[in-house]
Amino acid sequence: MAITGTEPLHTGALLSVAGLTKRFPVGRHLFRKATSFIHAVDDVTFDLEPGGSLGLVGESGCGKTTVGKLLVKLLEPTSGEILFRLPGLADHAVPDDPSELNEPAVDSASIEGRQLRAFRRRAQMIFQDPYESMNPRRTIYDTIAEPLSVQGMGTLLDRVDRVSEILDQVGLTPPATFLFRHPHELSGGQRQRVAIARALVVGPSFVVADEPTSMLDVSSRTGIMNLMQGLAQDLGVAYLYVTHDLAVARYMCHRIAVMYSGKIVEIGETEELLKNPRHPYTRALLSAVPLPDPGSTREPPDIRGELTAPIDPPARCRFFDRCPMATENCRTSPHPPTEEKSPGHWVACYEV
Amino acid sequence: MITPPNYPGIPGASPGTPPGPPDLDVGNSRFRLALARIRLAWRSFRGAWSIYLESRIGVLSLLIIGMFALMAVAHPVLMLTIWDSGTYDPVTGYAFGQSQQPASPSWRHPLGTDPLGRDVLSQLLWSTRSEFVLGITAALVTVAIATTVGAVAAYYGGIIDAFFMRLADLIIALPGISLLIVLSALFKLNLFYLALVIGVLGGFGGTAIILKSQALSIKVKPYIEAARVAGGGHFHIILVHIIPNLLPLSLLYMMFTVTSAIFAEAVLSFLGLLDVRMSWGIMIHTANTGGYLMGGTRYWWLVVPAGASITLLCSAFYMGGRALDEVVNPRLRRRHD
Repeated sequence: MAITGTEPLHTGALLSVAGLTKRFPVGRHLFRKATSFIHAVDDVTFDLEPGGSLGLVGESGCGKTTVGKLLVKLLEPTSGEILFRLPGLADHAVPDDPSELNEPAVDSASIEGRQLRAFRRRAQMIFQDPYESMNPRRTIYDTIAEPLSVQGMGTLLDRVDRVSEILDQVGLTPPATFLFRHPHELSGGQRQRVAIARALVVGPSFVVADEPTSMLDVSSRTGIMNLMQGLAQDLGVAYLYVTHDLAVARYMCHRIAVMYSGKIVEIGETEELLKNPRHPYTRALLSAVPLPDPGSTREPPDIRGELTAPIDPPARCRFFDRCPMATENCRTSPHPPTEEKSPGHWVACYEV
Repeated sequence: MITPPNYPGIPGASPGTPPGPPDLDVGNSRFRLALARIRLAWRSFRGAWSIYLESRIGVLSLLIIGMFALMAVAHPVLMLTIWDSGTYDPVTGYAFGQSQQPASPSWRHPLGTDPLGRDVLSQLLWSTRSEFVLGITAALVTVAIATTVGAVAAYYGGIIDAFFMRLADLIIALPGISLLIVLSALFKLNLFYLALVIGVLGGFGGTAIILKSQALSIKVKPYIEAARVAGGGHFHIILVHIIPNLLPLSLLYMMFTVTSAIFAEAVLSFLGLLDVRMSWGIMIHTANTGGYLMGGTRYWWLVVPAGASITLLCSAFYMGGRALDEVVNPRLRRRHD
């Protein structure tokens, strides 16, 4: 176990990601080594305070879901470091007070075996597709109680109580009518409530929410978002909210990180970032948000081309080919470093 | 409305939690969980059943299989009531009342007697039971192996997958009946060992490849990732999430295995290679060794009952499999609902 308590994990940060990189081999074969790689996540750095929320925004294929999966150890990073300061992780005991954070930081890569089970109680994930994220043959009770039962937490009676309680909290009331039903008997919104219940049933400190509202009807989205926000606040859960929708991120998150092609191009406090977008990609994203006024006109997004899969990308700014502000310097220099342009507002661009 | 988590026995619980609602006790929720499972099973069975019944060959196959099941039951009943074992035993009986053997059908012997003076109907009925046992044993062995191999190969991938898939290719490349003939020369093959060999060959062969491809499509479902985030280990995921979702397809391939097992038994018995007292294959074998197969249709009762039974039962299981295929594989359905 690598306890790096003296490492400069940001003061009070629950989780700190530094230089996170994930490359997927292209065309690998049993007897052939891959020669090209998709740079799905490339040198991503951010941190998240306890009870905080970070919106990870970007278009499809930019690597935002991969970041989420790396954080909950569904994938192992190619390089880079994820440090967690989660209660009950450094030692095997779970403390009485989950809000206690005098925890030494633990490197995600070193978490395995019994420690992994403790980690699974502290870091959870809500999946995008409420129709495919539940085994159709298992009851709602089975689905929600799965984290409890695979980890041998409590007796059956405890688990039924706990599941009833969490069903109540996610607004599926009365719980008794939902406990022993099957996913196909529930609507999309109800299923996503079950998914939230499954993530929260073990009492995690950190949840990755992977576009939990994107597959839902517009009518049930707000309900789910309010529910998540309320529960996160009441239970003190920090979350990473992965979404392609800036409006959703604004509603849900304290801070927003904009991803493009595996890189975080801009990160800052929500309002600051939306009022003073600095990176050309963020600006293009913002100008693409529709206005609910048929009479209003707006400049078209100043951007060209489309996102290409980052297979062995050239060593220059990832946004170069589409950037309206690209210069000769951008062509010849490596991908720009992320710099703090104003307090708490970091941008990766040479030209701003 | 929202309270922090407090639950007994689960870490993170605040101490001194009040007990749950009084109406929820362990026995009760266990009972209700079991009830919900039975309800789901019943509902999916009813849905599948109605689709199955829409298929004419499915109904026909059920009727034929039911008829053979009745025949299997009829033999011991007849032996206990109206047939005396001296005359009607399928192996040691002798029809003393006949002037010559084989005797053509009569009231005493509805399907006549064979060249050794034994009652053909009795042989036919007696063999039905062992055909069923053979077919179902082989099918169970096949499906148990193929489901496990398919799920494990798909889940772990890599070298394990490569090993089992190349093994499957190898087994498919082996000529089945010829291999069984060689094996019967080396070992004394009785029905049980035959069922085991057929089951193992099928289980590690083609069926494993089909179930593996199905398991691959289950493996990438988000609920597998959800189970991993929940902390479920490899065995948990394979046993709880992959295999239950493979079972419908496994059932389908069980039907096809029954067909191939009965057919293989008939071939081997006909060649006289099996250590079996009586079977449909042996009945034809007996007729053949006596030279009665050359007699055209004159001695039809020596060949037609056994031959027709093999054909009917094999095709019934095969047709049942086709009908099940429509249940398991929605793309094959004519009805669009």
